[in-house]
Amino acid sequence: MLLTNRTKNLYQEVILDHNKNPRNFRVIEHPSHTAKGHNPLCGDKLDVYLVLDENQTVQDVSFVGDGCAISKASASIMTTIVKDKHIDEVRTIFRGFHDMATGKIEADEDPKLRRLRAFSGVRDLPARVKCATLAWHTLDAALKDEEIITTE
Amino acid sequence: MSAPVTKQRATHYETPGRILDIRREFPILSRKVQEKPLAYLDNAASTQMPSKVMETITAYHEFHHSNVHRGVHQLSQEASDLYEGAREKVRRFIHARDTRQVIYTSGTTAALNLIAHSWGNSRVGKGDTILVSNMEHHANIVPWYMLAKRTGVQIKVIPILDDGTLDMDAFEAMLDPSVKAVCVNHVSNALGTVNPVRTIAGMCRERGIVSVIDGAQAVGHLKVDVQELDVDFYAFSGHKMHGPTGIGILYGKLPLLNEMEPFLGGGDMILSVSFDNITWNDLPFKFEAGTPPIAQAVGLGAAIDYLNGHDRTFLYDYEQQLLSYANERLAEVPGLTFIGTAPQKAAIVSFVMKDVHPHDIGTILDGEGVAVRTGQHCAEPVMDRYGISSTTRASMAFYNTFEEIDQLRDALLKVTELFDVTD
Repeated sequence: MLLTNRTKNLYQEVILDHNKNPRNFRVIEHPSHTAKGHNPLCGDKLDVYLVLDENQTVQDVSFVGDGCAISKASASIMTTIVKDKHIDEVRTIFRGFHDMATGKIEADEDPKLRRLRAFSGVRDLPARVKCATLAWHTLDAALKDEEIITTE
Repeated sequence: MSAPVTKQRATHYETPGRILDIRREFPILSRKVQEKPLAYLDNAASTQMPSKVMETITAYHEFHHSNVHRGVHQLSQEASDLYEGAREKVRRFIHARDTRQVIYTSGTTAALNLIAHSWGNSRVGKGDTILVSNMEHHANIVPWYMLAKRTGVQIKVIPILDDGTLDMDAFEAMLDPSVKAVCVNHVSNALGTVNPVRTIAGMCRERGIVSVIDGAQAVGHLKVDVQELDVDFYAFSGHKMHGPTGIGILYGKLPLLNEMEPFLGGGDMILSVSFDNITWNDLPFKFEAGTPPIAQAVGLGAAIDYLNGHDRTFLYDYEQQLLSYANERLAEVPGLTFIGTAPQKAAIVSFVMKDVHPHDIGTILDGEGVAVRTGQHCAEPVMDRYGISSTTRASMAFYNTFEEIDQLRDALLKVTELFDVTD
Protein backbone atom coordinates (compact mmCIF):
# COMPACT_ATOMS: atom_id res chain seq x y z
CA MET A 1 0.00 0.00 0.00
CA LEU A 2 1.38 3.39 -1.02
CA LEU A 3 0.92 5.92 1.75
CA THR A 4 2.34 9.40 1.87
CA ASN A 5 5.31 9.92 4.19
CA ARG A 6 3.19 12.24 6.30
CA THR A 7 0.59 9.54 6.88
CA LYS A 8 3.26 6.94 7.64
CA ASN A 9 4.98 9.27 10.13
CA LEU A 10 1.73 9.96 11.87
CA TYR A 11 0.25 6.49 12.03
CA GLN A 12 3.23 4.51 13.21
CA GLU A 13 2.88 0.90 14.28
CA VAL A 14 3.08 1.75 17.98
CA ILE A 15 0.22 4.27 17.66
CA LEU A 16 -1.98 1.84 15.73
CA ASP A 17 -1.26 -0.82 18.34
CA HIS A 18 -2.15 1.36 21.33
CA ASN A 19 -5.25 2.58 19.50
CA LYS A 20 -6.41 -0.98 18.98
CA ASN A 21 -5.39 -2.28 22.40
CA PRO A 22 -5.32 0.70 24.74
CA ARG A 23 -3.49 0.05 28.03
CA ASN A 24 -5.02 0.97 31.37
CA PHE A 25 -8.34 1.60 29.66
CA ARG A 26 -10.55 1.36 32.75
CA VAL A 27 -12.19 3.41 35.48
CA ILE A 28 -10.44 3.68 38.86
CA GLU A 29 -13.20 3.55 41.46
CA HIS A 30 -11.48 5.65 44.11
CA PRO A 31 -8.99 7.96 42.42
CA SER A 32 -7.12 10.61 44.36
CA HIS A 33 -7.28 12.84 41.28
CA THR A 34 -9.43 12.87 38.16
CA ALA A 35 -10.34 15.21 35.30
CA LYS A 36 -12.39 15.25 32.10
CA GLY A 37 -10.80 16.31 28.84
CA HIS A 38 -12.73 17.55 25.81
CA ASN A 39 -11.74 18.63 22.35
CA PRO A 40 -14.89 20.26 20.91
CA LEU A 41 -13.35 20.46 17.43
CA CYS A 42 -13.56 16.70 16.93
CA GLY A 43 -15.73 15.65 19.86
CA ASP A 44 -12.93 13.76 21.61
CA LYS A 45 -13.73 13.15 25.25
CA LEU A 46 -11.66 11.34 27.83
CA ASP A 47 -11.50 10.91 31.59
CA VAL A 48 -8.17 10.45 33.35
CA TYR A 49 -7.94 8.82 36.79
CA LEU A 50 -4.96 8.94 39.12
CA VAL A 51 -3.98 7.46 42.44
CA LEU A 52 -1.05 9.28 44.07
CA ASP A 53 0.66 7.94 47.15
CA GLU A 54 1.79 10.10 50.07
CA ASN A 55 5.08 10.86 48.29
CA GLN A 56 3.22 12.36 45.28
CA THR A 57 4.17 9.40 43.14
CA VAL A 58 1.74 7.86 40.64
CA GLN A 59 0.61 4.55 42.04
CA ASP A 60 -2.10 3.89 39.51
CA VAL A 61 -3.36 5.70 36.42
CA SER A 62 -6.04 4.96 33.85
CA PHE A 63 -8.30 6.54 31.24
CA VAL A 64 -11.58 5.96 29.46
CA GLY A 65 -13.09 7.84 26.57
CA ASP A 66 -13.77 8.12 22.91
CA GLY A 67 -11.42 9.69 20.45
CA CYS A 68 -9.29 9.42 17.36
CA ALA A 69 -6.34 7.06 17.12
CA ILE A 70 -3.86 9.79 17.98
CA SER A 71 -5.63 10.87 21.17
CA LYS A 72 -6.38 7.31 22.28
CA ALA A 73 -2.84 6.08 21.67
CA SER A 74 -1.42 9.14 23.36
CA ALA A 75 -3.56 8.53 26.45
CA SER A 76 -2.62 4.86 26.49
CA ILE A 77 1.12 5.47 26.16
CA MET A 78 0.89 8.25 28.73
CA THR A 79 -0.51 5.89 31.34
CA THR A 80 2.36 3.45 30.79
CA ILE A 81 4.94 6.24 31.09
CA VAL A 82 3.75 8.10 34.17
CA LYS A 83 3.18 5.06 36.38
CA ASP A 84 5.57 5.00 39.35
CA LYS A 85 6.85 8.49 38.56
CA HIS A 86 6.82 11.50 40.87
CA ILE A 87 4.43 14.23 39.72
CA ASP A 88 7.31 16.68 39.23
CA GLU A 89 8.83 14.29 36.71
CA VAL A 90 5.41 13.77 35.09
CA ARG A 91 5.10 17.52 34.59
CA THR A 92 8.59 17.76 33.14
CA ILE A 93 7.77 15.03 30.61
CA PHE A 94 4.50 16.77 29.72
CA ARG A 95 6.34 20.04 29.06
CA GLY A 96 8.90 18.25 26.90
CA PHE A 97 6.18 16.36 25.02
CA HIS A 98 4.25 19.58 24.43
CA ASP A 99 7.37 21.27 23.05
CA MET A 100 8.03 18.31 20.77
CA ALA A 101 4.44 18.14 19.49
CA THR A 102 4.41 21.84 18.69
CA GLY A 103 7.81 21.66 16.98
CA LYS A 104 9.72 23.72 19.56
CA ILE A 105 12.26 20.95 20.14
CA GLU A 106 13.39 17.97 18.12
CA ALA A 107 12.12 14.55 19.13
CA ASP A 108 15.59 13.18 19.86
CA GLU A 109 16.75 16.15 21.96
CA ASP A 110 15.37 14.80 25.22
CA PRO A 111 15.99 11.18 26.22
CA LYS A 112 12.93 11.32 28.50
CA LEU A 113 10.77 11.59 25.38
CA ARG A 114 12.09 8.40 23.81
CA ARG A 115 8.80 6.55 24.05
CA LEU A 116 6.86 9.57 22.85
CA ARG A 117 8.78 10.12 19.64
CA ALA A 118 6.07 8.30 17.68
CA PHE A 119 3.95 11.42 18.08
CA SER A 120 6.43 13.83 16.53
CA GLY A 121 4.53 13.53 13.21
CA VAL A 122 1.75 15.78 14.52
CA ARG A 123 3.98 18.84 14.26
CA ASP A 124 3.25 18.89 10.51
CA LEU A 125 -0.49 18.89 11.25
CA PRO A 126 -1.45 21.80 13.53
CA ALA A 127 -5.04 20.55 13.69
CA ARG A 128 -3.86 17.27 15.22
CA VAL A 129 -1.53 18.61 17.92
CA LYS A 130 -4.50 18.91 20.26
CA CYS A 131 -5.34 15.24 19.71
CA ALA A 132 -1.86 14.21 20.84
CA THR A 133 -1.80 16.49 23.87
CA LEU A 134 -5.40 16.15 25.14
CA ALA A 135 -4.64 13.29 27.54
CA TRP A 136 -1.62 15.10 28.95
CA HIS A 137 -3.53 18.35 29.41
CA THR A 138 -6.23 16.36 31.19
CA LEU A 139 -3.69 14.65 33.43
CA ASP A 140 -2.15 18.04 34.20
CA ALA A 141 -5.60 19.37 35.08
CA ALA A 142 -6.27 16.38 37.33
CA LEU A 143 -3.06 17.15 39.21
CA LYS A 144 -4.22 20.76 39.56
CA ASP A 145 -7.68 19.53 40.58
CA GLU A 146 -9.37 21.29 37.68
CA GLU A 147 -12.62 19.55 36.89
CA ILE A 148 -12.93 19.97 33.13
CA ILE A 149 -10.21 20.79 30.68
CA THR A 150 -10.75 21.73 27.08
CA THR A 151 -8.09 22.05 24.42
CA GLU A 152 -10.07 24.67 22.53
CA MET B 1 -28.40 14.17 -21.06
CA SER B 2 -24.90 13.67 -22.42
CA ALA B 3 -23.60 11.67 -19.45
CA PRO B 4 -24.00 7.95 -19.96
CA VAL B 5 -26.35 6.60 -17.33
CA THR B 6 -26.09 2.88 -17.76
CA LYS B 7 -26.43 -0.03 -15.43
CA GLN B 8 -22.98 -1.21 -16.41
CA ARG B 9 -20.09 -1.43 -14.00
CA ALA B 10 -19.44 1.75 -12.09
CA THR B 11 -16.04 2.25 -13.75
CA HIS B 12 -17.80 2.97 -17.04
CA TYR B 13 -19.00 6.35 -15.85
CA GLU B 14 -17.37 9.21 -17.68
CA THR B 15 -17.38 12.82 -16.62
CA PRO B 16 -19.15 14.82 -19.35
CA GLY B 17 -17.15 17.31 -21.40
CA ARG B 18 -19.44 20.12 -20.23
CA ILE B 19 -18.33 19.47 -16.66
CA LEU B 20 -14.67 19.44 -17.64
CA ASP B 21 -15.22 22.83 -19.30
CA ILE B 22 -16.86 24.13 -16.14
CA ARG B 23 -13.92 22.92 -14.03
CA ARG B 24 -11.59 25.15 -16.01
CA GLU B 25 -13.58 28.15 -14.82
CA PHE B 26 -12.59 27.37 -11.21
CA PRO B 27 -8.82 27.95 -10.91
CA ILE B 28 -8.52 26.43 -7.41
CA LEU B 29 -9.70 23.03 -8.66
CA SER B 30 -6.46 22.52 -10.60
CA ARG B 31 -4.16 22.96 -7.61
CA LYS B 32 -2.43 20.14 -5.81
CA VAL B 33 -2.56 19.14 -2.15
CA GLN B 34 0.21 16.94 -0.68
CA GLU B 35 1.46 16.62 -4.27
CA LYS B 36 -1.81 14.95 -5.26
CA PRO B 37 -4.53 16.46 -7.44
CA LEU B 38 -7.06 18.14 -5.18
CA ALA B 39 -10.44 16.42 -4.93
CA TYR B 40 -12.54 19.11 -3.28
CA LEU B 41 -15.46 17.31 -1.65
CA ASP B 42 -16.28 19.82 1.08
CA ASN B 43 -18.81 21.92 -0.79
CA ALA B 44 -21.38 21.82 1.99
CA ALA B 45 -18.89 23.76 4.12
CA SER B 46 -18.10 26.25 1.36
CA THR B 47 -18.17 26.20 -2.41
CA GLN B 48 -15.44 27.55 -4.68
CA MET B 49 -15.80 30.67 -6.81
CA PRO B 50 -15.42 30.73 -10.59
CA SER B 51 -13.01 33.26 -12.16
CA LYS B 52 -15.92 35.38 -13.34
CA VAL B 53 -17.08 36.03 -9.78
CA MET B 54 -13.57 36.91 -8.61
CA GLU B 55 -13.06 39.19 -11.64
CA THR B 56 -16.33 40.99 -10.91
CA ILE B 57 -15.31 41.58 -7.30
CA THR B 58 -11.88 42.83 -8.36
CA ALA B 59 -13.40 45.11 -11.01
CA TYR B 60 -15.75 46.52 -8.41
CA HIS B 61 -12.78 47.44 -6.21
CA GLU B 62 -10.69 48.73 -9.11
CA PHE B 63 -13.32 50.96 -10.70
CA HIS B 64 -16.47 51.50 -8.66
CA HIS B 65 -15.91 51.22 -4.94
CA SER B 66 -17.39 53.80 -2.61
CA ASN B 67 -20.02 53.71 0.09
CA VAL B 68 -23.63 53.10 -0.96
CA HIS B 69 -26.75 55.27 -0.57
CA ARG B 70 -24.69 58.20 0.69
CA GLY B 71 -22.75 60.29 -1.76
CA VAL B 72 -23.90 62.39 -4.69
CA HIS B 73 -20.64 61.67 -6.45
CA GLN B 74 -20.19 59.33 -9.39
CA LEU B 75 -18.54 56.44 -7.55
CA SER B 76 -21.14 56.33 -4.80
CA GLN B 77 -23.83 56.19 -7.46
CA GLU B 78 -22.07 53.39 -9.31
CA ALA B 79 -21.51 51.41 -6.11
CA SER B 80 -25.17 51.89 -5.14
CA ASP B 81 -26.34 50.79 -8.57
CA LEU B 82 -24.21 47.66 -8.47
CA TYR B 83 -25.31 46.87 -4.90
CA GLU B 84 -29.00 47.36 -5.71
CA GLY B 85 -28.58 45.62 -9.07
CA ALA B 86 -27.34 42.54 -7.24
CA ARG B 87 -30.42 42.69 -5.01
CA GLU B 88 -32.62 42.55 -8.08
CA LYS B 89 -30.62 39.55 -9.33
CA VAL B 90 -31.26 37.80 -6.01
CA ARG B 91 -34.95 38.65 -6.23
CA ARG B 92 -35.24 37.03 -9.65
CA PHE B 93 -33.03 34.09 -8.60
CA ILE B 94 -35.38 33.10 -5.77
CA HIS B 95 -38.44 34.53 -7.53
CA ALA B 96 -39.41 36.93 -4.75
CA ARG B 97 -42.19 39.34 -5.61
CA ASP B 98 -40.40 42.48 -4.49
CA THR B 99 -36.81 43.60 -3.79
CA ARG B 100 -38.04 44.98 -0.45
CA GLN B 101 -38.26 41.33 0.61
CA VAL B 102 -34.58 40.72 -0.13
CA ILE B 103 -32.47 41.74 2.87
CA TYR B 104 -28.70 41.55 2.81
CA THR B 105 -27.09 39.98 5.85
CA SER B 106 -23.60 38.64 6.51
CA GLY B 107 -24.85 35.07 6.00
CA THR B 108 -27.47 32.51 6.94
CA THR B 109 -26.55 32.67 10.63
CA ALA B 110 -27.05 36.44 10.77
CA ALA B 111 -30.34 36.12 8.87
CA LEU B 112 -31.70 33.54 11.34
CA ASN B 113 -30.56 35.61 14.32
CA LEU B 114 -32.31 38.60 12.77
CA ILE B 115 -35.60 36.67 12.65
CA ALA B 116 -35.17 35.37 16.21
CA HIS B 117 -34.73 38.94 17.44
CA SER B 118 -36.87 41.12 15.21
CA TRP B 119 -39.76 38.71 14.86
CA GLY B 120 -39.28 36.54 17.95
CA ASN B 121 -38.76 39.14 20.68
CA SER B 122 -42.21 40.66 20.26
CA ARG B 123 -44.15 37.64 18.98
CA VAL B 124 -43.51 34.81 21.42
CA GLY B 125 -43.52 34.32 25.17
CA LYS B 126 -44.38 31.90 27.95
CA GLY B 127 -46.92 29.30 26.85
CA ASP B 128 -45.81 29.49 23.21
CA THR B 129 -43.80 26.86 21.37
CA ILE B 130 -41.24 26.93 18.57
CA LEU B 131 -40.56 23.69 16.69
CA VAL B 132 -37.02 22.97 15.53
CA SER B 133 -36.14 19.82 13.60
CA ASN B 134 -33.66 17.27 14.92
CA MET B 135 -31.52 17.73 11.81
CA GLU B 136 -30.92 21.48 12.11
CA HIS B 137 -27.56 23.16 11.89
CA HIS B 138 -26.60 24.96 15.10
CA ALA B 139 -27.42 28.23 13.30
CA ASN B 140 -31.09 27.23 13.29
CA ILE B 141 -31.06 25.96 16.88
CA VAL B 142 -29.00 28.32 19.00
CA PRO B 143 -30.81 31.59 18.08
CA TRP B 144 -34.09 29.95 19.13
CA TYR B 145 -32.68 28.77 22.45
CA MET B 146 -31.38 32.28 23.03
CA LEU B 147 -34.87 33.57 22.24
CA ALA B 148 -36.28 31.05 24.73
CA LYS B 149 -33.97 32.44 27.39
CA ARG B 150 -35.18 35.97 26.65
CA THR B 151 -38.90 35.29 26.35
CA GLY B 152 -39.72 31.97 28.00
CA VAL B 153 -40.96 30.38 24.76
CA GLN B 154 -40.60 26.61 24.75
CA ILE B 155 -38.51 24.82 22.10
CA LYS B 156 -39.62 21.37 20.96
CA VAL B 157 -37.77 19.06 18.59
CA ILE B 158 -39.37 17.48 15.51
CA PRO B 159 -37.97 13.93 15.38
CA ILE B 160 -36.38 12.30 12.35
CA LEU B 161 -36.70 8.73 11.14
CA ASP B 162 -33.76 6.33 10.94
CA ASP B 163 -33.11 7.09 7.26
CA GLY B 164 -32.84 10.81 7.99
CA THR B 165 -36.26 11.94 6.78
CA LEU B 166 -38.36 14.22 8.91
CA ASP B 167 -41.05 12.37 10.87
CA MET B 168 -44.03 14.10 9.24
CA ASP B 169 -46.62 12.27 11.33
CA ALA B 170 -44.94 13.32 14.54
CA PHE B 171 -44.61 16.82 13.12
CA GLU B 172 -48.31 17.09 12.35
CA ALA B 173 -49.18 15.82 15.82
CA MET B 174 -47.00 18.53 17.35
CA LEU B 175 -48.83 21.37 15.59
CA ASP B 176 -51.00 22.48 18.50
CA PRO B 177 -52.24 26.05 18.99
CA SER B 178 -49.20 26.98 21.11
CA VAL B 179 -46.86 26.62 18.12
CA LYS B 180 -45.82 30.01 16.73
CA ALA B 181 -42.92 29.08 14.45
CA VAL B 182 -41.44 26.03 12.71
CA CYS B 183 -37.72 26.09 11.90
CA VAL B 184 -36.50 23.54 9.37
CA ASN B 185 -33.70 23.38 6.86
CA HIS B 186 -34.42 22.89 3.18
CA VAL B 187 -31.45 20.52 2.88
CA SER B 188 -29.66 19.00 5.88
CA ASN B 189 -25.94 19.75 5.88
CA ALA B 190 -25.16 16.66 7.95
CA LEU B 191 -27.44 14.10 6.26
CA GLY B 192 -28.18 15.54 2.82
CA THR B 193 -31.95 15.07 3.32
CA VAL B 194 -34.14 17.34 1.18
CA ASN B 195 -37.10 18.31 3.33
CA PRO B 196 -40.64 18.77 1.91
CA VAL B 197 -40.54 22.50 2.57
CA ARG B 198 -43.61 23.33 0.51
CA THR B 199 -45.72 20.83 2.45
CA ILE B 200 -44.30 21.99 5.77
CA ALA B 201 -44.95 25.65 4.95
CA GLY B 202 -48.48 24.77 3.85
CA MET B 203 -49.24 22.97 7.10
CA CYS B 204 -47.92 25.99 8.99
CA ARG B 205 -49.93 28.48 6.93
CA GLU B 206 -53.22 26.65 7.56
CA ARG B 207 -52.61 27.10 11.28
CA GLY B 208 -51.21 30.64 11.25
CA ILE B 209 -47.71 29.41 12.15
CA VAL B 210 -44.63 31.17 10.79
CA SER B 211 -42.30 28.98 8.70
CA VAL B 212 -38.56 29.68 8.94
CA ILE B 213 -36.46 27.86 6.35
CA ASP B 214 -32.67 27.57 6.42
CA GLY B 215 -31.85 27.32 2.74
CA ALA B 216 -28.04 27.43 3.04
CA GLN B 217 -27.53 23.95 1.57
CA ALA B 218 -30.27 24.29 -1.03
CA VAL B 219 -29.66 27.42 -3.10
CA GLY B 220 -26.47 26.20 -4.76
CA HIS B 221 -28.11 22.99 -5.91
CA LEU B 222 -31.91 23.19 -6.17
CA LYS B 223 -34.00 25.76 -7.97
CA VAL B 224 -35.56 27.75 -5.16
CA ASP B 225 -38.81 29.62 -5.79
CA VAL B 226 -39.95 31.26 -2.56
CA GLN B 227 -43.42 31.99 -3.93
CA GLU B 228 -43.94 28.43 -5.03
CA LEU B 229 -42.65 27.13 -1.68
CA ASP B 230 -44.80 29.81 -0.03
CA VAL B 231 -42.55 30.09 3.01
CA ASP B 232 -42.58 33.01 5.45
CA PHE B 233 -38.81 33.31 5.87
CA TYR B 234 -35.98 31.85 3.81
CA ALA B 235 -32.30 32.37 4.66
CA PHE B 236 -29.14 31.52 2.71
CA SER B 237 -25.45 32.35 2.21
CA GLY B 238 -23.45 33.48 -0.80
CA HIS B 239 -20.44 31.27 -0.17
CA LYS B 240 -22.49 28.10 -0.49
CA MET B 241 -23.53 29.03 -4.03
CA HIS B 242 -20.14 29.96 -5.53
CA GLY B 243 -20.18 33.53 -4.25
CA PRO B 244 -17.97 35.12 -1.60
CA THR B 245 -18.15 34.76 2.18
CA GLY B 246 -19.62 37.56 4.29
CA ILE B 247 -22.87 37.91 2.37
CA GLY B 248 -26.21 36.23 2.85
CA ILE B 249 -29.87 36.86 2.27
CA LEU B 250 -32.97 36.95 4.37
CA TYR B 251 -36.17 36.68 2.36
CA GLY B 252 -39.41 37.36 4.19
CA LYS B 253 -43.06 37.99 3.48
CA LEU B 254 -43.86 41.69 3.40
CA PRO B 255 -46.49 41.89 6.16
CA LEU B 256 -44.09 40.16 8.58
CA LEU B 257 -41.11 42.28 7.61
CA ASN B 258 -43.16 45.47 7.81
CA GLU B 259 -44.26 44.77 11.35
CA MET B 260 -40.85 43.72 12.60
CA GLU B 261 -38.58 46.01 14.60
CA PRO B 262 -35.05 46.51 13.29
CA PHE B 263 -32.33 44.12 14.49
CA LEU B 264 -29.21 46.30 14.48
CA GLY B 265 -29.27 50.07 14.74
CA GLY B 266 -26.99 52.47 12.90
CA GLY B 267 -26.62 54.39 9.68
CA ASP B 268 -28.75 53.69 6.60
CA MET B 269 -31.54 51.98 8.56
CA ILE B 270 -33.20 55.24 9.63
CA LEU B 271 -35.12 57.99 7.86
CA SER B 272 -34.58 60.60 10.55
CA VAL B 273 -32.83 60.74 13.88
CA SER B 274 -33.20 63.27 16.62
CA PHE B 275 -32.67 62.73 20.31
CA ASP B 276 -36.45 62.79 20.73
CA ASN B 277 -37.54 60.58 17.89
CA ILE B 278 -36.18 58.07 15.36
CA THR B 279 -38.02 56.95 12.24
CA TRP B 280 -37.00 53.63 10.71
CA ASN B 281 -36.10 53.48 7.06
CA ASP B 282 -38.28 51.56 4.60
CA LEU B 283 -37.69 47.95 3.66
CA PRO B 284 -35.23 46.45 3.02
CA PHE B 285 -32.94 49.16 4.45
CA LYS B 286 -34.59 48.97 7.88
CA PHE B 287 -32.60 45.79 8.43
CA GLU B 288 -29.31 46.92 6.87
CA ALA B 289 -27.60 49.04 9.51
CA GLY B 290 -24.12 50.35 8.79
CA THR B 291 -21.99 50.02 5.69
CA PRO B 292 -23.03 46.71 4.16
CA PRO B 293 -20.77 44.10 2.51
CA ILE B 294 -20.96 45.87 -0.85
CA ALA B 295 -18.30 43.99 -2.82
CA GLN B 296 -19.67 40.72 -1.44
CA ALA B 297 -23.19 41.61 -2.57
CA VAL B 298 -21.83 42.41 -6.04
CA GLY B 299 -19.99 39.07 -5.94
CA LEU B 300 -23.20 37.27 -5.01
CA GLY B 301 -24.87 38.89 -8.02
CA ALA B 302 -22.03 37.61 -10.20
CA ALA B 303 -22.45 34.10 -8.76
CA ILE B 304 -26.13 34.23 -9.70
CA ASP B 305 -25.20 35.35 -13.24
CA TYR B 306 -22.78 32.45 -13.35
CA LEU B 307 -25.37 29.88 -12.27
CA ASN B 308 -27.98 31.34 -14.62
CA GLY B 309 -25.47 30.98 -17.46
CA HIS B 310 -25.68 27.21 -17.12
CA ASP B 311 -28.46 24.71 -17.56
CA ARG B 312 -29.27 24.23 -13.89
CA THR B 313 -31.40 21.16 -14.52
CA PHE B 314 -28.40 19.53 -16.19
CA LEU B 315 -26.18 20.52 -13.24
CA TYR B 316 -28.69 19.15 -10.72
CA ASP B 317 -29.11 15.87 -12.61
CA TYR B 318 -25.34 15.52 -12.85
CA GLU B 319 -24.95 16.08 -9.09
CA GLN B 320 -27.53 13.36 -8.51
CA GLN B 321 -25.47 11.02 -10.71
CA LEU B 322 -22.40 11.85 -8.60
CA LEU B 323 -24.45 11.00 -5.51
CA SER B 324 -25.55 7.60 -6.77
CA TYR B 325 -22.04 6.87 -8.01
CA ALA B 326 -20.62 7.78 -4.59
CA ASN B 327 -23.20 5.56 -2.89
CA GLU B 328 -22.21 2.72 -5.17
CA ARG B 329 -18.44 3.09 -4.84
CA LEU B 330 -18.37 3.77 -1.12
CA ALA B 331 -20.53 0.72 -0.47
CA GLU B 332 -17.48 -1.27 -1.66
CA VAL B 333 -15.43 0.03 1.28
CA PRO B 334 -15.28 -2.48 4.17
CA GLY B 335 -16.85 -1.47 7.47
CA LEU B 336 -18.51 1.66 6.11
CA THR B 337 -22.02 2.69 7.18
CA PHE B 338 -23.95 5.57 5.61
CA ILE B 339 -25.63 8.05 7.95
CA GLY B 340 -28.60 9.60 6.14
CA THR B 341 -30.20 7.52 3.41
CA ALA B 342 -33.37 9.50 2.73
CA PRO B 343 -34.98 8.96 -0.69
CA GLN B 344 -34.71 12.69 -1.46
CA LYS B 345 -31.13 13.77 -0.99
CA ALA B 346 -28.72 16.43 -2.14
CA ALA B 347 -25.25 15.25 -3.17
CA ILE B 348 -24.00 14.82 0.39
CA VAL B 349 -22.67 11.50 1.69
CA SER B 350 -22.11 11.18 5.43
CA PHE B 351 -20.68 7.98 6.84
CA VAL B 352 -18.87 6.27 9.70
CA MET B 353 -16.28 3.52 9.45
CA LYS B 354 -16.08 0.70 11.97
CA ASP B 355 -13.48 1.40 14.69
CA VAL B 356 -11.92 4.33 12.83
CA HIS B 357 -12.45 7.85 14.10
CA PRO B 358 -13.50 10.37 11.40
CA HIS B 359 -10.63 12.62 12.40
CA ASP B 360 -8.13 9.95 11.40
CA ILE B 361 -10.03 9.35 8.16
CA GLY B 362 -9.93 13.09 7.40
CA THR B 363 -6.18 13.33 7.94
CA ILE B 364 -5.39 10.29 5.81
CA LEU B 365 -7.74 11.48 3.05
CA ASP B 366 -6.05 14.88 3.12
CA GLY B 367 -2.77 13.09 2.53
CA GLU B 368 -4.36 11.67 -0.64
CA GLY B 369 -5.51 15.09 -1.83
CA VAL B 370 -9.13 14.50 -0.82
CA ALA B 371 -10.80 17.35 1.11
CA VAL B 372 -13.76 16.21 3.22
CA ARG B 373 -15.31 17.46 6.41
CA THR B 374 -15.03 15.40 9.57
CA GLY B 375 -16.72 16.10 12.88
CA GLN B 376 -20.17 17.07 14.01
CA HIS B 377 -20.92 19.42 11.12
CA CYS B 378 -22.34 22.03 13.52
CA ALA B 379 -25.21 19.59 14.04
CA GLU B 380 -24.50 17.87 17.33
CA PRO B 381 -28.16 16.81 17.88
CA VAL B 382 -27.98 14.80 14.63
CA MET B 383 -24.93 12.95 15.95
CA ASP B 384 -26.73 12.27 19.25
CA ARG B 385 -29.75 10.99 17.30
CA TYR B 386 -27.58 8.32 15.67
CA GLY B 387 -25.54 7.66 18.82
CA ILE B 388 -22.27 8.64 17.16
CA SER B 389 -19.70 11.29 18.00
CA SER B 390 -19.04 12.46 14.46
CA THR B 391 -19.06 11.49 10.80
CA THR B 392 -16.99 11.90 7.68
CA ARG B 393 -18.85 13.86 5.02
CA ALA B 394 -18.20 14.15 1.31
CA SER B 395 -20.31 16.89 -0.25
CA MET B 396 -20.34 17.43 -3.97
CA ALA B 397 -20.89 20.27 -6.38
CA PHE B 398 -21.44 20.20 -10.13
CA TYR B 399 -17.71 20.64 -10.79
CA ASN B 400 -16.80 17.35 -9.14
CA THR B 401 -16.03 14.31 -11.27
CA PHE B 402 -16.54 10.57 -11.14
CA GLU B 403 -12.74 10.28 -10.98
CA GLU B 404 -12.72 12.29 -7.77
CA ILE B 405 -15.21 9.86 -6.25
CA ASP B 406 -12.80 7.07 -7.25
CA GLN B 407 -10.00 9.02 -5.58
CA LEU B 408 -12.14 9.21 -2.42
CA ARG B 409 -12.88 5.51 -2.50
CA ASP B 410 -9.24 4.56 -3.07
CA ALA B 411 -8.17 6.80 -0.18
CA LEU B 412 -10.79 5.17 2.06
CA LEU B 413 -9.47 1.74 1.11
CA LYS B 414 -6.04 2.88 2.33
CA VAL B 415 -7.65 3.82 5.66
CA THR B 416 -9.17 0.35 5.95
CA GLU B 417 -5.80 -1.25 5.22
CA LEU B 418 -3.92 0.90 7.71
CA PHE B 419 -6.49 0.31 10.44
CA ASP B 420 -7.15 -3.27 9.50
CA VAL B 421 -10.89 -2.74 8.97
CA THR B 422 -13.01 -5.61 7.72
CA ASP B 423 -16.74 -5.94 7.24
